[in-house]
Parts: sequence; structure tokens; C-alpha cells
Amino acid sequence: MIWGVLQFPGSCDERDALHACSLLGEARLVWHEDRDLGGAEAIVVPGGFSYGDYLRAGAIARFSPAMEAVAELAAAGGPVLGICNGFQVLCEAGLLPGALLLNESLRFVCRQLELIGDDERLSIPVKHGEGRYWAPEEVLDELEARGQVVYRYAPGQNPNGSARDIAGVRNEAGNVVGLMPHPEHAVDPLTGSTDGLKVFEALAGARA
Amino acid sequence: MAPLKARVLIRPKQGILDPQGKAVERALPALGFEGVEHVRVGRLVELEAEDPARLAELCEQLLANPLIEDYEIQTL
Repeated sequence: MIWGVLQFPGSCDERDALHACSLLGEARLVWHEDRDLGGAEAIVVPGGFSYGDYLRAGAIARFSPAMEAVAELAAAGGPVLGICNGFQVLCEAGLLPGALLLNESLRFVCRQLELIGDDERLSIPVKHGEGRYWAPEEVLDELEARGQVVYRYAPGQNPNGSARDIAGVRNEAGNVVGLMPHPEHAVDPLTGSTDGLKVFEALAGARA
Repeated sequence: MAPLKARVLIRPKQGILDPQGKAVERALPALGFEGVEHVRVGRLVELEAEDPARLAELCEQLLANPLIEDYEIQTL
């Protein structure tokens, strides 16, 4: 599979994301002004501070030419993974439900924690200041009923006050996934965990 | 026609926890300001628009996230 990793002004995790993707297939960067994804079959919207987080995190990145192409890929069933700021971008773009708000503590959190996925527990780091997942109660109920909550913080480890301990969600079709933790920083034993690869692998198999 | 000057006020929706507002509220008594409640922190955007008819659309699509924020347009 050919992976494309978007790069906005202010992105900072695109290199690690590129490395993670290259462990699973071919990987290339896609500049935010490119309307053409260069043959990428799956897209990662990486973490960082796209456009300086001006206005709201992800609000401006959503209007970039590359994001138009990502929306088309997503509509055609192509796998799209948004990590941290990328998750914020996908929510702002309406590709995922809900929004990410300032951490309840108002503190930037940076630590390794455990996530609960489908029948698995993953050790993956978080690092963000605006990661409190929020959606109206009825939307949360729907997401749970449809199995769209893909990752939760393990009990007692919610770092930001997210509703129902939600760390990551997917769209109804299942091909667009967003999460606040950083699987791309957990792909090499050197950094303590390789569980992040499972997030990329799960998405690779998620073509709708 | 001269562009219309406007001010857009953006606030977190009622019912959504606003930790910035809470932090300000908690800080006030330490400075001797008692009795201040329900502090909410939002944003103010000033702009000049050639087509004021599109202001609401512009707020919905970019200046505010209608899921989590309310906005109010004041023309000047």
C-alpha cells in the first residue's frame, strides 16, 4: 500500500508518521498545497500545530487543497488516519463527528499511557493541550451503539477529561479513524513500545 | 460601497465545560475580587466585509465551530 502523510506549515510529527508508514509499505509526504495525493492509497494527517493552531486547532488546515483531495479519498472508501492535530483537522472537516476541546486541566499532557482497542490494550504516548473529546450526549450514544468508539483511555488514565474516556473514533463506514494518542511514536522497541503499528495495520485493512 | 465593519463574538456553548473561564474565576478571589461567577472565555474577531449577507455563512464555516461555539455578529 502507498501511504501519503500530509505536511502543513506547523506539522511536527510527519517524519515519525512517514517512518511508521514505511514499515508497512511505501510512504511519501504530501505538501498541503498539493491537490494531488501523488498516488497515495491511504493518508495520514499527522500531529503538530497546522497553521499555528490559529483560530481553533485544525480550523484552517481543513481548507487546504490537500484536504479537499483527502475528503474525496475518504468518500471513495480510502483509509484516512488523523493523529492528534490530524484528528482535530478531520473533526473540523466534518469527516469525523465531535470536537476536541482544551484539556480539562488546562495543562499540556505528555506521557505514555494505555489504550483499550478492540480486544487489545496498547501502550502509546499522548502529547497535547487540546484533546478533550466532546460530542452531544445523543451523538456519543450513537457512536457507542454503532461501534465507532475505536480507542478509549484505560480506566483511570484519561489525560484530558474526554467524554466517556474516548481517545479515538471512526466514521460510520470505518475507513476514517482519528485519535489523540500518537501511534507513530510507538513503532520501534527503542522508544519502549511497538503497539502503534497495530493502529496503522488496523487502518490499512479498513478500506470501506 | 464601503465595506461593512463588523465584530464577531464567539463563545463556548452553554453546558460545555470552559476550563479557561473556570481558571479565571478561581483566580479572582486571590486578587480580592469576590462574588464573580459564571466566567466564560471566548474570542473576538473584527473584520470588514464587502458582502455582509455572507457573514453568517462565514461564521458557520470558519470563525466558529457551531458544534461547540455560539457566535454573535455585531455590525459597527
